Amino acid sequence: MPLTMTTKRRLVTTALLAPASVWLFVFLVLPFIAMMVFSVGERGPAGGYQTAFTFAQYANLPARSAAYWNTLMLAPVGAFVCLIVAYPTAYYLAVKANPRYRLLLVSLVVVPFWTSLLVRTYAWMYILGSRGIPNLLDMIGIEDVRLLNTPGAVLLGIVYGYLPLMIMPIYVSLEKLDRRLLEASADLGAKPVSTFFSVTLPLSLPGVMTGVALVTILLLGEYLIPQLLGGGKVFFIGNALVDLFLQSRNWPFGSAIAVTLVAIVVVVLMVAMRIAWRISGTRQVDLV
Amino acid sequence: MRALITSVYLFLYAPIALVVLFSFNAGRNASEFTGFSTEWYGKALANPFLVTALQNSLIIAVVSATLAAVFGTMAALGLERLGSRARAVFDGLLAAAIVVPGVVIGIATLVALVAVFGAINPAIAAIWPGEKPPQLGLGYGSIIAAHGLFTMALVTMIVKARIATLGRDIVEASADLYATPLTTFRQIVLPQILPSVLAGFLLAFTFSFDDFIVAFFVAGSKTTLPIYVFASIRRGVTPEVNAIATMVLVASLMLILIARLLMREKTRKSPAGE
Repeated sequence: MPLTMTTKRRLVTTALLAPASVWLFVFLVLPFIAMMVFSVGERGPAGGYQTAFTFAQYANLPARSAAYWNTLMLAPVGAFVCLIVAYPTAYYLAVKANPRYRLLLVSLVVVPFWTSLLVRTYAWMYILGSRGIPNLLDMIGIEDVRLLNTPGAVLLGIVYGYLPLMIMPIYVSLEKLDRRLLEASADLGAKPVSTFFSVTLPLSLPGVMTGVALVTILLLGEYLIPQLLGGGKVFFIGNALVDLFLQSRNWPFGSAIAVTLVAIVVVVLMVAMRIAWRISGTRQVDLV
Repeated sequence: MRALITSVYLFLYAPIALVVLFSFNAGRNASEFTGFSTEWYGKALANPFLVTALQNSLIIAVVSATLAAVFGTMAALGLERLGSRARAVFDGLLAAAIVVPGVVIGIATLVALVAVFGAINPAIAAIWPGEKPPQLGLGYGSIIAAHGLFTMALVTMIVKARIATLGRDIVEASADLYATPLTTFRQIVLPQILPSVLAGFLLAFTFSFDDFIVAFFVAGSKTTLPIYVFASIRRGVTPEVNAIATMVLVASLMLILIARLLMREKTRKSPAGE
């Protein structure tokens, strides 16, 4: 019996989607279920996992409250500082920059984001470490300055690491802006400042929202920056997770923390999408 | 305004430049440049642990990026043909693969694989006729699987965005001229999406090559380059680490530049952009 057109079409569609579906199911859905199962288990005598059904791990979450506190403080603050630096930069790139060099300038902003975060964070370890800036300060008589392993160092690393990701969506939204609106505003007698606040800024809010959401969400799972620049003194949820899985081997407790981290990410994402929908329709952002 | 922009670019590039500069430092002193030398590059490349880590990273990046490019492109093409509800479910899973923090992906994969291996290994041992039954464990496979999850989703997003800008009319014209769907795909669709597939491959490669946190959990006894660099950093800042860091930077820099050129090519050629 020859295949009908629709059956054939369906077969092709299934074949096209099969590998990705299997991958998503086996390496995303199943692991997540496994993690939830572990999170209601108990720690084995030698570490690892023992089957159980208990919420003891979740009840124990306050034991790691410092990690939650640091993450939930520094992620939004970091995103906010990124925003303050990113907005004028994106504005310059989209509105003021010479069009001939615009693409080059934009590329120069994006490229660092795709190079190794480990190496870029290491660069700051180098600068803030005792042989870097403190050493220079020492030479001019300012002694015993400690920069590394402070919340400030972590914040600096965050801004350094995630600035490109904040600039891009804002740049995209500003670049799309219809110049005639700005002219109209000027023709109607608005000063540049009031044009900015009543036309440019509101129209770029979707980009701002996307940037803040992206950076905040990525920061919630950050491990390297607090590890290298916070030196175990300023630790995030990610650092607690590495400790629980690879050092103290308390997998059920670690799983419970990981589940809460995903929950936090989902909440942040939902709030961001809510706000974004209110501001405008959904928007695509070029990550590259 | 100018001053601000200049300082932003300085901020972005000065730290990297410093690492590169000191990788050529003749002396061991990390705060004083005492002369030009490529000695540390030689030292780094003569280090067998580093070379093994680099090989591991390359193998993992090539395999995971290839799988991601092929499966991701297939998925992007398949998604086009789905009904809206199934599509929403699939899109949601892809978004989850991108948004869930790497640290959680690493943990979830670790936990699931250890559970699966714990069940399978005794079973294999029970039915294995020989002396030494094979043991499934963490390694290349688990890192490739975990990297492929994120990068496949990334490729799907990139190719999907490209397909969305494709002119439907030429596909229809091709069909009207009696081209089979396969011919239409080969001659019309594939050439147009190819740059975005390649760009996706390169980004996937870069991600896998640079990833530390996911591999940290699922690498087992294998060492990737970022894991090696991380371990050396914790042992102390040395010019050798600077040399390795510089090489990692240059490698990913080249890949990302090629990827960007490919993506630009696509926007220039696209009729939709006009």
